Amino acid sequence: MPRKVTIVESIHSANDQLAGENSRRLRKAGLFSVNMMASPGAGKTSLIEKTLARLTPHYSIAAIDGDVATSIDADRAAEAGAIAVQINTGGQCHIDAHMLRNALDELDLPEFDILLVENVGNLICPASFKLGTDRNVLIASIPEGDDKPYKYPAMYQDVDALLINKIDLLPYIDFDMDYFLQGVKMLNPGLVSFPVSCKTGEGIDAWIDWLEDQIKGSKTT
Amino acid sequence: MHELAITEQIAEIAIRHGEQHQAQKITDLYLVIGELSTVVDDSVQFYWDLITRDTICEGAELHFKRVPAIFRCQECGKEYRLADGELQPCPFCQSSRMEIVQGKEFHLDSIIVE
Ligand SMILES: Nc1nc2c(ncn2[C@@H]2O[C@H](COP(=O)(O)OP(=O)(O)OP(=O)(O)O)[C@@H](O)[C@H]2O)c(=O)[nH]1
Ligand SMILES: [Mg+2]
Ligand SMILES: [Zn+2]
Repeated sequence: MPRKVTIVESIHSANDQLAGENSRRLRKAGLFSVNMMASPGAGKTSLIEKTLARLTPHYSIAAIDGDVATSIDADRAAEAGAIAVQINTGGQCHIDAHMLRNALDELDLPEFDILLVENVGNLICPASFKLGTDRNVLIASIPEGDDKPYKYPAMYQDVDALLINKIDLLPYIDFDMDYFLQGVKMLNPGLVSFPVSCKTGEGIDAWIDWLEDQIKGSKTT
Repeated sequence: MHELAITEQIAEIAIRHGEQHQAQKITDLYLVIGELSTVVDDSVQFYWDLITRDTICEGAELHFKRVPAIFRCQECGKEYRLADGELQPCPFCQSSRMEIVQGKEFHLDSIIVE
């Protein structure tokens, strides 16, 4: 006899559970962790390099870089002063909580203060796979165009901060900042955003200040 | 290529619940997917047939219920949808203060077992 079984379980429940484990493990080890998401080439690795240059004098930092193949980005992070682990996703368009867990196994976690995770360059998939990081950050960039919040709403909904990179290119590209920010506001009202240029260094101070505030805040709670 | 990962997750949930209910076989799965949640295309059915071979899910049919995104304007209170798949300010009063009423769903609602 056919019977109906009601389930109503999130399709991401297994991943969410592992993300919860990652989160507890990272906190117990005293790490503050950030997941950086963006489309390919938006400047994730460049921003990690800038962030490392500013923070490695004061903090011990690990970087985990997710890519479909190669270790170019982990090499860049290591060059910039992090202890870096590369995740090759073997074709997957995102890092999931399980991959992050395996990468964490390769690090002596209590040694570090901060973990920076570079997700795979993709504007759709990483949004639905939580990792268990303390903050999720999205990096948009000027050459991508001002319509991205309208076309990729899922990505903008649940992030904690938005960087708008490559503002040095604003004079050369038709990018309507008001239109862009209106879309962002619709999806994520009150989202803190930082216009930056990894090339000129403009705006990086504000991002670093915010990040350090978040780190200090997490220590007191 | 996240359809494979998603398909595996669907199978894991279905098999776990099927076994809890002493199912010999799962014949149908009812999935609810909000327009804002994620992109899932027909390749799910393809992966499904591959990865459920020799499980209680073999041959089961996947039914997708797509839930459109609905926004409620915080200014005038009216509800509206995406325009051609794209976000838009309130078409009635142009306000961009809105809340998402539905469209973020992504779950396995129920299964039919034998
Ligand atoms: N003009 C300009 N170029 C930038 C800026 N930031 C990054 N770039 C350039 O953009 C390109 C991509 O930067 P990456 O940091 O490698 O981008 P990514 O997001 O890590 O790329 P993937 O990991 O391949 O997805 C490089 O050529 C950078 O030099 C910026 O602020 N201004
Ligand atoms: Mg990179
Ligand atoms: Zn309105």
